[in-house]
Amino acid sequence: MAETPMPLWEVFIRARTGLAHRHVGSVHAADAEMALQAARDTYTRRGEGLSIWVVPSAAIVASDPAEKDMLFEPTASKPYRHPTFYTVPDEVGHM
Amino acid sequence: MYTQALNQADADPVAHEDAGRLARFQARIDAEERIEPNDWMPESYRRTLIRQISQHAHSEIVGMLPEGNWITRAPSLRRKAALLAKVQDEGGHGLYLYAAAETLGVTREELVGQLLSGRAKYSSIFNYPTLTWADIGAIGWLVDGAAIMNQIPLCRTSYGPYARAMIRICKEESFHQRQGYELMLTLCRGTPAQKAMAQDALNRWWWPALMMFGPPDAESAHTAQSMRWKIKRFTNDELRQQFVDATVPQGLFLGLTFPDPELRFDEATGHWHFGAIDWEEFRRVLAGHGPCNRERLEARRRAHDDGAWVREAALAHAAKRQSRAAAEKIAAE
Repeated sequence: MAETPMPLWEVFIRARTGLAHRHVGSVHAADAEMALQAARDTYTRRGEGLSIWVVPSAAIVASDPAEKDMLFEPTASKPYRHPTFYTVPDEVGHM
Repeated sequence: MYTQALNQADADPVAHEDAGRLARFQARIDAEERIEPNDWMPESYRRTLIRQISQHAHSEIVGMLPEGNWITRAPSLRRKAALLAKVQDEGGHGLYLYAAAETLGVTREELVGQLLSGRAKYSSIFNYPTLTWADIGAIGWLVDGAAIMNQIPLCRTSYGPYARAMIRICKEESFHQRQGYELMLTLCRGTPAQKAMAQDALNRWWWPALMMFGPPDAESAHTAQSMRWKIKRFTNDELRQQFVDATVPQGLFLGLTFPDPELRFDEATGHWHFGAIDWEEFRRVLAGHGPCNRERLEARRRAHDDGAWVREAALAHAAKRQSRAAAEKIAAE
């Protein structure tokens, strides 16, 4: 008999540095509470985090890699969005 | 910890793939781009990775057994805590790797099923028994040491999820080798009986550790393709030589001898020359005829079967809570 698949959860952890939660991997668990416990045991055995998020993997909507160029290429031709595009005389000092 | 280059042939034929796509894929690999789960990839690249990553995961899981054998008999609380932490790490490493393999479109249940049915391979080293406490030192020093040699290049492997799992694993692995060496050093500085125990462990684990790097390059048909795809970055023989060069001086520092009469430093090459490996033994153990193959698989099957009711109960509980929450929501509306 085939086993019922255990739901998959994506795990995000906020490191001690106070940065945003970052994807670290995934776990299988029956519910959210067990997913949190599994994520703690699997991904924070050495004080890696101060906070964990678990999200059902099926809830994540991702962009299509085939559309990568259409989505991201346009910004390559917009250097005026970066500070170095603009010249400021040396006399003005740091800006 | 314990990947092994098993290099089995992939029996299933691969359907014809578009030459242009294959060329673009190889160009991405050559440019050191990482391949991610939703990217197009050749079917044989996918299969090679599923096989390699899942075998690696199985090895971590089965690798918990020989060491777990000594947890209750560790000689001090310090050693016991270290061994528990190490065995727990191996479990964690298995889970990172299963998760990486699953991104290639295979389920956890299928992967576990392949291990339990005996279809999947795992590292041959875990089919040897841990007869004395010194074996725990020898495993950390030699087996984890060999694994680290194998795994550091895998941190740069071309498949993104595998590389990221390996980075985590390598960070945690160094403690495993150091605690093993420290254990050996303590025995070697102890009574003559303790030192003899350490020597006996080295005698038994040395050759199996060298076999962990897989068959010699001349017999390893898959190495060339895996190198082209940058799944592998060094050949089996290159890694084996690196391991011998690093490990022999460590063993001499312990005051131990190696069970190889041909072992000598070659001034001309700058490498340690070692004797011929008994590949017949390697094939025998891999084919299921090692000292502990049956026991290891039986232990895994028993653990899986004994845990079945827990998985079922957890899923039933989650389903019940979900349907109750849904009913309450309807009632409230």
